[in-house]
Amino acid sequence: MLWACVLLPQLALDGVLRRRPTAGPLVLVAGAAQARSIVAVNAAAREAGLRVGQRLSAAQALLARFEALPYEPDAVDRWQQFLAAVAYRYSSEVSLLPHAIVLEVSRSMGLFGPWPRLESMLRSDFTALGFRHRISVAPTAHAAYVLAGVDDGQAVLTPEALGRALQHVPLHKSRLPTATAAALPGMGVRNLGQLLRMPRDGLRRRFGAELLLALDRLTGETPAGLDSFRPPDSFGLRVELSHEVENLAALVFPLRRMTADLAAYLAGRDGGVQRFLLRLEHRDSVTDMAVGLLTPERDAGMLFELARGRLEQVQLPAPVLALRLLARELPPFVPAGRDLFDERPANALPIEQLRERLRARLGDRAVHQLGSTTDPRPERAQRIAARDDGAQEPSPRPTWLLDRPIPLRGRGPRILAGPERLETGWWDGGEVCRDYYVVETAQGQRAWAFCAPGEQTGWMLQGWFA
Amino acid sequence: MSAVVALSTLLDAQQVWRGRAMPAALERPAGEQPTGWAALDAVLPSGGWPEASLSEILLPLDGVGELQLVLPTLARLSRGTRPVMLVAPPYAPCVAGWRQHGVDMRRVEIVTAAAREVLWATEQCLRSGSCAAVLAWPQQADDRALRRLQVAADSGRALAFAFRDRRHLANASPAALRLELEATPRTQVWVRKCRGGAVPAQPVPLALAALH
Repeated sequence: MLWACVLLPQLALDGVLRRRPTAGPLVLVAGAAQARSIVAVNAAAREAGLRVGQRLSAAQALLARFEALPYEPDAVDRWQQFLAAVAYRYSSEVSLLPHAIVLEVSRSMGLFGPWPRLESMLRSDFTALGFRHRISVAPTAHAAYVLAGVDDGQAVLTPEALGRALQHVPLHKSRLPTATAAALPGMGVRNLGQLLRMPRDGLRRRFGAELLLALDRLTGETPAGLDSFRPPDSFGLRVELSHEVENLAALVFPLRRMTADLAAYLAGRDGGVQRFLLRLEHRDSVTDMAVGLLTPERDAGMLFELARGRLEQVQLPAPVLALRLLARELPPFVPAGRDLFDERPANALPIEQLRERLRARLGDRAVHQLGSTTDPRPERAQRIAARDDGAQEPSPRPTWLLDRPIPLRGRGPRILAGPERLETGWWDGGEVCRDYYVVETAQGQRAWAFCAPGEQTGWMLQGWFA
Repeated sequence: MSAVVALSTLLDAQQVWRGRAMPAALERPAGEQPTGWAALDAVLPSGGWPEASLSEILLPLDGVGELQLVLPTLARLSRGTRPVMLVAPPYAPCVAGWRQHGVDMRRVEIVTAAAREVLWATEQCLRSGSCAAVLAWPQQADDRALRRLQVAADSGRALAFAFRDRRHLANASPAALRLELEATPRTQVWVRKCRGGAVPAQPVPLALAALH
């Protein structure tokens, strides 16, 4: 067993920063209205002297202008769940610890390569999503969690090395129960190495079984006992905008982030999305946009482009306060196969993506194929998406067909071929009885026209032999 | 010896051409994209449609044989892997009629688009590189729009056909090939511009399919 731990030291702050990037000082505050204190600060605020744990009033005395946003525990949970779903891509065994995600990687390395490569993949994923992180690996989940708290990038790959790595971990970073960690220094125990050498019976008498269980989990004597994370079967993401947005262009940035998150999530569960809903929330109404695809997809750029295509056609009835992205159906994703001897240029856009792009801008029914039916009546002889049976028609048929016949203007046309009588449809109310001719007009156009049986006047144009 | 080699490379690169005498004097290899009309192939410098380029077809009216000009090509392309796109055709293509010309309609995709989206859709199809040919009927297309299509056709390695009214003949065009179709007194094609060769002085008669 080998566990990787991704520690997320600034989960709440990163979650806020990625939807409203700012260079100015920003803090998150929590607590009762009169006694609010700071729980997270960004770099600019730290430079100005603001610290975690400070009272908001003290901070205001230090710095005249800074942004203070409420700390939302729910949002933190949501982000952690989301990131766990992203990490699920690398391991089937993912668990959550406070401010951290642990995943079992001993088997993943067979697929993704040795630990340094897997580590760099994890890092690039989390960096791309905008979350700061510390990553370590150790034979037990809790040891990886402790080591990630001590230093970034620690890799302990064998149980023997684990004992040495834990030797010098100071107790205040050992993530043992707080009361224990506070009492032990008074007994002269300052690091984990000293604690692990102490007699177990004495420790049990003094601190209870809880401490021994924690130590056993650290060294791997006892299984970690963590609940395995399962990614949810639907994806939902809501972004509250910092101000009322009346211009669609201002929604493009949050939309890009949301579709990128969706793509990362889909990669995590190796799925695709075929249908998702983009909801614009107004003060007292919502605008829904359904984005549908022909086949499941998960490419971030493509999802973004399609969603933007839909968004550009919306008329905003009111300013937008928040954006929500909902994807309920997440079918399995099958990557498109490509032929080795493909004649297309190397940078070709697959035809499926071209179709989606056209449909996103021109409408769902914009791209279609025609196939013939068995009905001889020209109005019903072909249909969108009908199966093309390839049967040959013995009589001449035009190349252009009019949706409905119109009178053929001009002087009497010259008959080139015909007549061909069509008399059918008496059973379904669409009865026709016509003599079809190929005629040539005075301008040299060749037309497919019909008139009533036996007559050669009152020409109706049905198509062109273009 | 080296001078001879240099001359033939120049001719192959189509930087120099021998004017009007060339088609008859030189036994040319078949073009990469034959039009399917032998008489037309014989006068075109590339032995067919200019590859990965825009060809403009100018007509007096609908229904004078403009599709029959390209249908042999479409029939050939529809047997390949890349589909043929029709962007906003003026009428519905008649499946039975196209099949009589040998086109496999399963490889023909029709894109319906409003007049102002036609050029965008055409450019997307051409640029994608996954279409063999794109046929478009642009209503408002100026010199710049056609140049974009020409560039897109080149980058997507596709044949582009733009069908336009004859009155646009007076305006310059960036298309590699311009053909004008005449219906009366007989159906014939004038080559009005062809890149890499002299414009033939005589029209090419087009023997349209006999109909009975």
